Amino acid sequence: MTRSEAYPLRRRDVVRRLLAEAGDLLVVTGLGAPSWDATAAGDRDLTFPLWGAMGAAAMMGLGLALAQPERRVLVITGDGEMLMGLGALASIAVQGPRNLAIAVLDNERYGETGMQTTHTAGPCDLAAMAIGAGFPAAADIFDEDALAEALPRIRSEPGPLFFNIKVRAEELPLVLPPKDGAFLKTRFRAALLDN
Amino acid sequence: MEQPEAAHWSNEVHAVLREHQVRQVAYVPDAGHRELIVKCGRDAAMTAVTLTTEEEGIALLGGAWLGGQRGVLLMQSSGVGNCVNMLSLAKTCGFPLLILVTMRGQWGEFNPWQVPMGQATPEVLRATGTIVFETDKAAEIGETVEAAARMVFNGPASAAVLISQRVLGAKTFGK
Ligand SMILES: Cc1ncc(C[n+]2csc(CCOP(=O)(O)OP(=O)(O)O)c2C)c(N)n1
Repeated sequence: MTRSEAYPLRRRDVVRRLLAEAGDLLVVTGLGAPSWDATAAGDRDLTFPLWGAMGAAAMMGLGLALAQPERRVLVITGDGEMLMGLGALASIAVQGPRNLAIAVLDNERYGETGMQTTHTAGPCDLAAMAIGAGFPAAADIFDEDALAEALPRIRSEPGPLFFNIKVRAEELPLVLPPKDGAFLKTRFRAALLDN
Repeated sequence: MEQPEAAHWSNEVHAVLREHQVRQVAYVPDAGHRELIVKCGRDAAMTAVTLTTEEEGIALLGGAWLGGQRGVLLMQSSGVGNCVNMLSLAKTCGFPLLILVTMRGQWGEFNPWQVPMGQATPEVLRATGTIVFETDKAAEIGETVEAAARMVFNGPASAAVLISQRVLGAKTFGK
């Protein structure tokens, strides 16, 4: 057994709580399991679930946060997805969007592709990298107490914020959002811009 | 080959971007884009976003569009190589994507390291469903960006305007 198989936090529960009473929260989720977790918490127009474009999630969050400075933006992604776009941490920190939070579900694995270990199973520390990139606040979350403390901060503390949430490595049933990217885009824009 | 400041093509391109209400200007710098970057950076209606790699810009502008803003992505031709998979994001979701590419490895290139990607640039863009406009003269850049912007934002479409090294002047490192 590797260490992340024993982590107490479970990703479906974490995401359900990240998205509880989401209201007008604007959400982008990274490809694969984070998108399935968000859908399991309830498919919604103002969540844009990626099905591809690995490495894009954080930067999509930045573009959205800059375009909608009055709205809170949350990116939920995987450790593998975040590792593919690490430069985004520096690009985001330089812009300093106060309305953006990033939550990584760090299971230390590439879940979708057979649970191979990612660098975070070794010495790589994503929260430290976010701090190094210039994020004013970044932390690891290992347990229930830290999660409970972080949840309200993710919704309201001035950002950019980065939380690396250590979650149990587990294979879960697929809960798929709509797959048509143009539809996902159009419904998001309609919900955000048309009223 | 250098145009005087008042006539520089970047003035016209900046005006076209303003007209099309471009609000986010993302780039990894290239010498050929220097003037345009300065003009966009000074424009209070535009947010300049420096990227660590060009593919970040495609994701950024997808997010911008979700939030109701238009953008443009500036890069040199080697940056097109950094973007390939991410171009699928714009295509699959129909995010309007306007890219202005300053060409290297093309017209009298001094640095052989630029040549393979420079030569492959139009084909790589077309292979990923991006409309390609090629420009050869400074005087036609503004109108070409205008034509591309119309197709991008009325589309949605992905389009790239390639600005020839002939316009920019081949770098020689003094040789
Ligand atoms: C460019 C690219 N390379 C590889 C893949 C294959 N792939 C799909 S999901 C995934 C793993 C994602 O891992 P992570 O973000 O950690 O999410 P997890 O499923 O572990 O929560 C990979 C490698 C891909 N889709 N795109």
